[in-house]
Parts: sequence; C-alpha cells; structure tokens
Amino acid sequence: MIPVNYYVALSAVLFSIGALGVLIRRNPLIIFMSIELMLNAGNLAFVAFGRSYEVLGGQPFFSGQIFVFFVIAVAAAEVAVGLALIVEVFKTKRNINIDELNSLKG
Amino acid sequence: MTSDLIVFLVLSLVAIATALGMLFSRNAVYSALFLVLNFVTVAVFYLLLGAPFIAMSQITVYAGAIMVLFLFVIMLLGAGSLGPSKVIPWQRPLAITLAVVLAVESLYLIISRARVDRIIAAPDAETNAMAGLRDMAMTLFDQYLLPFEVISILLLVAMVGAIVLTKQEKGGAKS
Repeated sequence: MIPVNYYVALSAVLFSIGALGVLIRRNPLIIFMSIELMLNAGNLAFVAFGRSYEVLGGQPFFSGQIFVFFVIAVAAAEVAVGLALIVEVFKTKRNINIDELNSLKG
Repeated sequence: MTSDLIVFLVLSLVAIATALGMLFSRNAVYSALFLVLNFVTVAVFYLLLGAPFIAMSQITVYAGAIMVLFLFVIMLLGAGSLGPSKVIPWQRPLAITLAVVLAVESLYLIISRARVDRIIAAPDAETNAMAGLRDMAMTLFDQYLLPFEVISILLLVAMVGAIVLTKQEKGGAKS
C-alpha cells in the first residue's frame, strides 16, 4: 500500500539528477545517459499514474503502460541516431569534449 | 510500516544511489554500468506496479540493447575519460544550484498537492503472471494501432539514418 505520490516524488528526484547530469558533465556520452535517465523517470511516473487508475469506467486501464512502451521505442531510435552522430563528430574532430565543439563547420 | 513500503524505500535508495554514481563516475564505462543497475531497479519498480510486460521490455531494450550500444561506442571511441578542458568557472555551481532548486520545487509541489486517496496496491500473483497481457494487447492493437505503425516507421527511419551517418564514402572522401 504505497501512495502514488511516493512514486512521483522518486521520479522527480531521478529527473533532477538527470538534468544535473546534462548541465555539469562534459562528455556527450554521459549527457546522453542522463537524457535516458530523465526518460526513465518520466516512464516511472506514467506507470504509477496508470496503475492508480487501474480500472476506469469499468474497463481495465492500460494507456499508461502503452505510452511507456512507445517511449521505450522512441528512446531506442533516438540512441541509435545520437550515437551515430557522436561517432561521426569524433571521426571529424578527433575529440568529443563538448567544450571544444563550438563550430557547426565539419 | 508494511513490507511494501520497505521494499519501495530500499529500491528507491538503490535507484538514487546508482543515478548519482552514474553522474559522478570519472570513467564513462563505470557510468554506463551504474546506469544498467539503475534501469534494472526501475524494472523492479514496474513489477511492483503490476506492469510485468513493461518491466521485461525495460530489461531487454534499455538494460540490454541500448546500454550495449553505449558501451560499444565508449570503447570504440576510447572516450572512457576526457582530458581537462577550458570551462566557464561559474557554470558548475550555477548548474548545481538550479538542479537543486528544480528538485526542491517539484518535491514541494508533489507533497503539498498530494492526493492521499490514490493508493497503489501490491500486485497479486495473477498480475505478475501476465494475466492482463491479453487486455493490454487488445488496447494496443485496437485503440493505439496508428501510433504503433508510426513507431515502426520511426524505427526504420532511425536505422536508415544511423547507417547513412556512419557510412564511409568510397575513396575516403566524405561529403
């Protein structure tokens, strides 16, 4: 018997840690991992809210879980393209520190 | 204090500790491994929330596929740890302050506007035997069929995009 706001509070804490990671780390791979952490925090809140409306109007309620399913698929697509971009930047510049990447010219 | 609450508190400690470990590891490989542990912890939360299918997808897709891709790229680039660089001196304290403000604000809102009547019961044995999976599949392929198809096109586009971005042009000349 856990109130739903415990889960939402945990999700808020994880999201803040992810946002902090995007702000203070200089390695684009770790920034990517922080974005994944934030997506996960959002997913946790989705499932918790969906579970708190387990039955809505006499029907079982699965929209929260299905939305998380879609978010996982989008995250997989995003990681594939993002890592390809990072590899390409590394091949061009021999460096992926985001403090050194300050021009759009390839 | 019920056993549910104890499980929840221990798991949240693990989740927050691994997230912080991911954030403050010097080496990107350690960060990735901490993040795998964090994803598995979140998968256990999904089991607690009565969503076994999402828990299994979380482990296969996130902890499996995505993190293997991360580790592969980290080792391919040899980018385990970056050298020192010129940084803006006030950026880091400002970022930490703002992140703490964000956390405190959201926690304040969540606690002060909490609806205490929304209680999540522990899943029974039937839920975690994926008994609701049929209903979930009916919702997915009935109500959400169009988004499902759009996701499949998105995955195809991402695959083509990743191949095009990393393709070596013939003769080594890149456009």
